[in-house]
Amino acid sequence: MPDYSWPPMEKRKVIGKRISRLDGMVKSTGAAKYNSDINPPGLLFGVLLTSPHGHARIKSIDTSEAERLPGVTAVRVILGAGKEIQWQGQEIASLAAVTEDIARDAARKIKVDYEILEHFVDEEDLAKAGSRAKPAGEVTTGDPDKAFQEADAISQGYYAIPVITHCCLEPHGQTVRWRGERVDYWPSTQNVSALGAELARSIKVPVTQVHTDMQYMGGGFGSKFPADLWGTECAELSKASGGRPVKMFLDRQQELLMAGNRPSVFGEIKVGAKKDGSLTVWQSKTWASGGLGGGNLNADQMPYVYRNVPNRRINHTAVSINAGSARAWRAPNNQQLSYITCCALDDLAAKLGMDSLDFFIKNTSLSPRGEVYKYQLEKGAEIAEWKKLWKPRGTSNGPIKRGLGIGVNMWGGLGHDSKCRAIINPDGSVEVQIGTQDLGVGTRTIVPQVAAETLGLPMPAIKFSMGSNAYPPSGASGGSTTVGGVTASTRKATVNALNKLFEVVAPSLGVPADQLEAVDRKIQVKGNPAKSLSWQAACAKLGVNRIEEMGENVGRTAPREGLISQGAAGIQIADVSVDIETGKVKLNRLIAVQDCGLIVNPKLAESQIFGACIMSTCGALYEERVMDQQIGKTLNADMEFYKLSGINDIGEIIVHLDLRPEMDKRGVIGLGEPPAIGGIAAIANAVANAVGVRVHMVPLTPNRVLEALARRNA
Amino acid sequence: MDAFAYANPATLSEATALLASSLYDAQVLAGGTDLISLMKDYLLTPATVVNIKNIKELGGVAKGPGGLRIGATATFDELASSAVVKTEYPAIHAAVTGLTSPQLRNMGTAGGDLCQWPRCWYFRNGYGILAMKDGKSLVPGGENKYHGIFGGPAYFVSPSSLGPALIALGAKVTLANAAGKRTVDAAKFFVAPKDETTRGIDLQAGEILTEIVVPPAAGKNATYEIREREAMDWPLATASVCLKMSGGKVASAKVVLGHVGPVPVDSAKAAEFLAGKSIDEATAEQAGAAAVEGAKPLSQNGYKVQLAKVAVKRALLAVGKA
Repeated sequence: MPDYSWPPMEKRKVIGKRISRLDGMVKSTGAAKYNSDINPPGLLFGVLLTSPHGHARIKSIDTSEAERLPGVTAVRVILGAGKEIQWQGQEIASLAAVTEDIARDAARKIKVDYEILEHFVDEEDLAKAGSRAKPAGEVTTGDPDKAFQEADAISQGYYAIPVITHCCLEPHGQTVRWRGERVDYWPSTQNVSALGAELARSIKVPVTQVHTDMQYMGGGFGSKFPADLWGTECAELSKASGGRPVKMFLDRQQELLMAGNRPSVFGEIKVGAKKDGSLTVWQSKTWASGGLGGGNLNADQMPYVYRNVPNRRINHTAVSINAGSARAWRAPNNQQLSYITCCALDDLAAKLGMDSLDFFIKNTSLSPRGEVYKYQLEKGAEIAEWKKLWKPRGTSNGPIKRGLGIGVNMWGGLGHDSKCRAIINPDGSVEVQIGTQDLGVGTRTIVPQVAAETLGLPMPAIKFSMGSNAYPPSGASGGSTTVGGVTASTRKATVNALNKLFEVVAPSLGVPADQLEAVDRKIQVKGNPAKSLSWQAACAKLGVNRIEEMGENVGRTAPREGLISQGAAGIQIADVSVDIETGKVKLNRLIAVQDCGLIVNPKLAESQIFGACIMSTCGALYEERVMDQQIGKTLNADMEFYKLSGINDIGEIIVHLDLRPEMDKRGVIGLGEPPAIGGIAAIANAVANAVGVRVHMVPLTPNRVLEALARRNA
Repeated sequence: MDAFAYANPATLSEATALLASSLYDAQVLAGGTDLISLMKDYLLTPATVVNIKNIKELGGVAKGPGGLRIGATATFDELASSAVVKTEYPAIHAAVTGLTSPQLRNMGTAGGDLCQWPRCWYFRNGYGILAMKDGKSLVPGGENKYHGIFGGPAYFVSPSSLGPALIALGAKVTLANAAGKRTVDAAKFFVAPKDETTRGIDLQAGEILTEIVVPPAAGKNATYEIREREAMDWPLATASVCLKMSGGKVASAKVVLGHVGPVPVDSAKAAEFLAGKSIDEATAEQAGAAAVEGAKPLSQNGYKVQLAKVAVKRALLAVGKA
């Protein structure tokens, strides 16, 4: 078998370098065309009519007036008379028209008569959930009752984290042109290779007829895997409109109501420890909702990271509410698990009178990767100047209180299945093709980096083609699997192609092919630059042929080959100031220490972590979906009262990548998700440290902080 | 949005004539930062939209003998960059710069700030200005953390950034219609609605707000604003204060709270309390407490009482420092 292993650290010329994102300029200047910018000739606008009610039955639906409106080309009923609606935003009808205004006007002319049914949208109120609450059953390890009896300190608390949505800047949607036996499909997706097959199934055409293309996308965060009902509707509207292309993207309200969310969690947690700080027992009663489908939490993963605690009792209940369903949200469940765990442990440390850093370090032995967490906590503490700045809870002076807090993360990040085609042409040009997408991870940059490293060429010499299902299939970008997948497949394809070139060139250089190497735009005898051919001259020897070689990563078996592996760990330390007169929290610093194996591009890796930390500031301080139980509706399905951080709300983000050689040896591991996990917990703990009392629910808005302070003072 | 006729008059008389002929079916367009979104959400469906940005006499920010004249179409950016506003009317400057969105500052106008509709999420979701469902307000039993602590039957909060500062400074607002002009005190311009036929301001059908005149600053003034985030956000509470001092003591005071009720709350009690006192931390704190006397917080907005108090205290201390 060819040697695919990564070049040793000290020999790398392109991999591991701080190369700027190749598409940074086109994205920031607007030259990059997202699929919501694609406007083929004859374009029609598609819109969805969605339910204004949280729970209702359709008594009748009349589309005749909409159909008569000049400019309307097709109207389709999705849910007809008698059908039950389970959330505000559920799709009822779709239509296409020659302009967006006509389409929206037409949607308002569809008459729907509803029978309003009783709704339930307040999952925090578990007592009222009735049969909508589905307990998962108790999980017990060891003897929790005995452990509580023997504990020197016990902490009990209530912790809550609300539903948030994905807020993709580019909403969900697509343009579809279904003309005869060809379906052109321009979706915004995390799943370029497989999405066409899903659409093909739903519109009942062979997959060979669906041509998917997406060069740029404006955010997915786990919510853009499926083709969705609106993909099917868009295609059917195009067909019904004589094959004219139809563009249908959700509007902002629909985006917040229909396109997925991260479930809430509410938890009553009881934890116990020995005087020396050893965590001995964990007990949790949690409940959650991610919409109609309830809310799975993987509650048996608690205490998160510190999972090997000897005694545990875990109960979780999923609550079904009348709201759109959850979708994977950048590290599904992990944010909530980290938040609940780290807050409960931080409160226990305070109860013990222990510095929480010492407590978090002392118990790292309860994690299978304890040594890594210990190193990272110490490194983070050093960067944060923890030992100099940390004070016991609530002992900071003055009306502005400063505090520090910790959150932890863990993730798999094994590269997904990916195929790559590497082409070397007689003129020396090189093309690498993968049916992948750049979700923001930097795929468009790191694939040419790997190819350039392998072939001894500068990056501009590599043409990278992606974003189409015409290219070799590659997995969906989810679970932090992309970088592992595409770097491994690219490495293999380019090594294979290079070996073919060596075979062609070897006779000219008078050595066996396995004695050649590609370095600095040359094919040379290993270690002997004098005996070489330029890349151009070498490729010219191909004559009229070109080299086309495949490389494949099979996620399941890949770790054995050493290019990639799994298991990322990280910690975050937050430094906040809280104005106790106004309850306003200011994030001073968020420090992230992260391992993710071999780092292909430290600049892009840091950028991933910056983005993850910014999302954490949103979730910790501002972001929450607000529903009204009286009317069963979301009140803030907009970007005005659904609040995200602005540039002045973020504070300083400090990233420390764990680049130690023993980490590098593990191969490439995905990074997208892990740094998005622990930040909320870190900020919540920093606020508790600052103000001396636990604020029970995030986001930590002035009302909640002031209420917690009032409780403390009462 | 529904189709509408668009009028682009060059003079005030043309504009008022247009409004007179279309009555309730017309809306005035200046910056459009509120109107356009209301129209897109079908909350307003005017038959005619009258653009007033091309009426020259409605623009400008200038100091004259009568004080500071702010034209209705003067943008927040013009106000933010006015040296006179910054030095003589810091209460206005702070209110304007509290709006941290450059886009809104570039487009949003002074007149529009006074005439905008409430941000109440029940109103914006189609439940009307009183947020009624089945004859009952949704606010007291609903999600009311952003609502008023001086409300009922209207629980929304006046969204105006300028309102509290203008009231504190004794400004007057001029309104014109086809028949002529009238001038009202800024304090009287805001009117708490009692039913769905009114909207929180004294702007009658056919009228255009043409200008705001702030008298020469007779005292030290300041505004303090508290909001959840630094990025564009609606205040949770603001306080604008104006103090006439005499020998280091307050001769007379105005203390006006914003974003705590359907109209800015001009607190006579706080003003009374401050008279004859010098400003220090304790006085400022007590004035804050006086300002929120009579507040009736709802289930989720008790914290706004505290925020209003703190805003008054900090506005007074800012004046003390100036």
